[in-house]
Amino acid sequence: MAHVLLRLARDRSALLGLILVVLVVLAAVLAPVISTHPEAVWDMNPANRLKPPSGEWLLGTDRMGADIYSRVIYGARITLLIAFVAVGTSLLIGVPIGLWAGWNDFWIGEALMRISDVFLAVPQIVLAIAIAQTLGPSIENVILALSVTYWPWFARLVYAEVRVLKNETFIEAAIALGVPQWRIVMQHVLPNVASPIIVRTSIGMGFTILTAASLGFLGLGAPPPAPEWGRMISESREFLPEAWWYALAPGLAIFAVVMGFNLLGDGLRDVLDPRLRRAHDR
Amino acid sequence: MTASMLLEVCDLRISFATESGVSRVLDGVNLSIGRGRIMGLVGESGCGKTTLARAVLGILAPNATIEGGAIRFDGQDLLSMPRHLLQRDVKGRRIAFVPQDPYGAFNPLFRIGAQIMELMKWKSPRRQQGERGLGTLLTSYPRARRRADRQAALALLEEVQIPDPERALRKLPGEFSGGQRQRLMITMALLTAPDLIIADEPTTALDVTVQAQILKLLKSLAKDRGVSVLLTTHDLGTAYEICDDITVMYAGQEMETAPVAEFFANPHHPYTASLLESLPDPTREMQEIGGEVPSLLSPPTGCRFHPRCRHASAQCSTARPSVSGDRRMVRCFHPQPPRQEGCS
Amino acid sequence: MQAPLLQVFDLRRHFPVHNAFGLRTGTIKALDDVSFAVQHGETFGLVGESGCGKTTLGKTLVGIYKPTAGRIVFETTDISGLRGAARGPVVQRLQYIHQDPGSALDPRWTIGRSLDEPLATHTGLSRSERASRSREILAAVGLLPAHLDLYPHELSGGQQRRVGLARILMLRPRLVILDEPTSGLDVSVQATVLKLLRELQQAFDLTYIFISHDLSVVRITCDRIAVMYLGRIVEIAPAHQLFAGPLHPYARSLFSAIPRIGGKRVTDTFALEGEPPDAANLPSGCRFRARCPLAAPVCAEHEPLLTQFGDKHAAACHFAGKLEGART
Repeated sequence: MAHVLLRLARDRSALLGLILVVLVVLAAVLAPVISTHPEAVWDMNPANRLKPPSGEWLLGTDRMGADIYSRVIYGARITLLIAFVAVGTSLLIGVPIGLWAGWNDFWIGEALMRISDVFLAVPQIVLAIAIAQTLGPSIENVILALSVTYWPWFARLVYAEVRVLKNETFIEAAIALGVPQWRIVMQHVLPNVASPIIVRTSIGMGFTILTAASLGFLGLGAPPPAPEWGRMISESREFLPEAWWYALAPGLAIFAVVMGFNLLGDGLRDVLDPRLRRAHDR
Repeated sequence: MTASMLLEVCDLRISFATESGVSRVLDGVNLSIGRGRIMGLVGESGCGKTTLARAVLGILAPNATIEGGAIRFDGQDLLSMPRHLLQRDVKGRRIAFVPQDPYGAFNPLFRIGAQIMELMKWKSPRRQQGERGLGTLLTSYPRARRRADRQAALALLEEVQIPDPERALRKLPGEFSGGQRQRLMITMALLTAPDLIIADEPTTALDVTVQAQILKLLKSLAKDRGVSVLLTTHDLGTAYEICDDITVMYAGQEMETAPVAEFFANPHHPYTASLLESLPDPTREMQEIGGEVPSLLSPPTGCRFHPRCRHASAQCSTARPSVSGDRRMVRCFHPQPPRQEGCS
Repeated sequence: MQAPLLQVFDLRRHFPVHNAFGLRTGTIKALDDVSFAVQHGETFGLVGESGCGKTTLGKTLVGIYKPTAGRIVFETTDISGLRGAARGPVVQRLQYIHQDPGSALDPRWTIGRSLDEPLATHTGLSRSERASRSREILAAVGLLPAHLDLYPHELSGGQQRRVGLARILMLRPRLVILDEPTSGLDVSVQATVLKLLRELQQAFDLTYIFISHDLSVVRITCDRIAVMYLGRIVEIAPAHQLFAGPLHPYARSLFSAIPRIGGKRVTDTFALEGEPPDAANLPSGCRFRARCPLAAPVCAEHEPLLTQFGDKHAAACHFAGKLEGART
């Protein structure tokens, strides 16, 4: 683990990604501490509406008079919550399916892969819109929609990796040694597919956040007055271009966190895969 | 080094830039191949024989640097020849290549007839200087020459015992067996009427009966045409079979060169002797050579075999004797058994 | 005379061949009615060229493939049909080593963990008992306890090979199948590996089945040798008898193709032409008749069976021993 982080540190863009992600996570965790108007996040104070950035309101105020800076900070919590739960659920659904379908030769595995092909063929956001629209706007429904549409990525990935791994000599040796199959899968196969899963998780976070923000933008996410970034951008539309600060803050926040996860994911891919290859090459 | 040598490699030094440092793969190697002679380049993995073969062919990896030395082919130094001349006259034409893996050398999607004729278009011995065109696609292939080339190809396919050559030309590489593909590679090598064929472990991937067939074929075809052959192999038995002279390499240095009979009957270099002793033989116990092959990132100084050599002395770690002799050459301060000229 | 450690009766392993549409178009008879016995303590060689079935035989014996027909009797137990969990007790005593034992190690596991796995799976030994046996076996293959914490890629190729061997020995097997143990190795390394195998055989009272295509190695390591061609055993004999006078024409050709340093060049006189026929499309009668200098009409009609010639020598040919000029 330590040497992975060390190698990651040498890659500048990956390091940038890591820093961005850590910053956002810290912001979410320390929200009450670092926001300037924690109590005003959910309040309505029409007297202060649409004020430009100043000493008191670092990033200006929105149409309700709430401090945009604080709302963005608290919005990080919502965004990260959605992302972690959605991607986590996709992982928990997709990885076992991929493992099972890849390891066994039953026709059910093939059928599951074809089903996941259907999910992969339709753009995730279209699917998510359809689901969220049907169920109504709320954070839970957004998470549900995202989980349901993202698990095929994991399933497919794991399936392909397991298929290749099955032919490796050390797996064959473990079989010849009489190790029970479930043990082989859990202790030999799974650790060896962990790297691609990790990479896909990181990239998936970025992807999911973008989709969640898009759903928020369309009004399908958390209802107001929740400080959801996508919704904030949507609200800002009617006040542009005079209240330029209104869209800038949440937009930059989305940009930063998605970029961060993507860079991190790319960096992880470079670090984890060649090392694995070199270990195999001996 | 006499002028009648077809190929002379003089003091060739090649290094590779790797992630872990600079690997000194060839350390001042000397090699001479006479006209019409088959030279076996023998050594264990990592000794540099494949690098040497590729250097002569001009197909070294991009991270390789030629640090010094010369490769003289028929009097001309290949390392200082202009690229377009090398490309047009030497590569694939006067020096041909038979690789270790015959399958990888063919494009699996095109019929072998098409691949052979493609080769002939550019490298046929009948190609005139005047034929020029615009780039690869627009250069024409005169019909008369094409017919003559095709006849030559069919004739050679018969000689290498490919059944039904006409039909064979229409087949894909995947439709042939490993032994047959190697025969096809030999065909393609000979069709350009080369002076030198470099065969890099040509039979390593083949079964022993097929190996015997291919070696027999290669030898008879080469001798009939007076073509020299540089054959690299790690299998001493293969070298014994068809080579006239043998050079043994270890960790990037050439250790000994001798005509084949003398090489096996009366080896002078301690490494050669150890190598022969470790061959399986029912009449005696197998000998191991203690120690391991050194890393080329920080190889031993002087003679690279000295850490594992029974007869090493202090001298061996600082310098190596220079090349002496023509057909027979030993680079060792303590050749076995001691000869009058070699002692120091 | 003790009962043989391993007996194989009419073992068959056929692989179906499917065309692009998934329809069955034929069968590859990788193993066809193979029978032999291995005695305790001997080194039994299986030789042949690619496609002869020797690797399939090794993998079928050890349960990687299930036999299509026939019986395998190991230490008086019929193990032919056993796979997976049912093989438990057998696995400990019948082991298989790949061509590159180092590649049998999971690259993400430490050496110690890889060595621990066989014991943890099959025995009820406590952790300290397993650890002490790991150290003991590690020492037997010439490695140090410090190596237990390393990963495979941190060891040299030779050390990886030793670890692979150690892993097999953890369960104290009685019969070990070695699949091409010296293939691709340099001559000097080969000598080291063969010596190590012999030491281990003596130290652990092992019986070996030695699968190889390298005849010169087999000659000096094996007590008895079986020659295979296209799924059948065509000749079995003690090593020195076999090399002194092979009876089957294929065996003769095979041996005459080995280069003999110091002797006559075989390429001057080598005579076997052609290549083995398509395995899915075998000729009728004897499989070798298309290339055999002695082929006669009877060879196309009746497939020859392994017949005894003398006490320990058997060959499957209608004209066994009729080729003149025995080669040594």
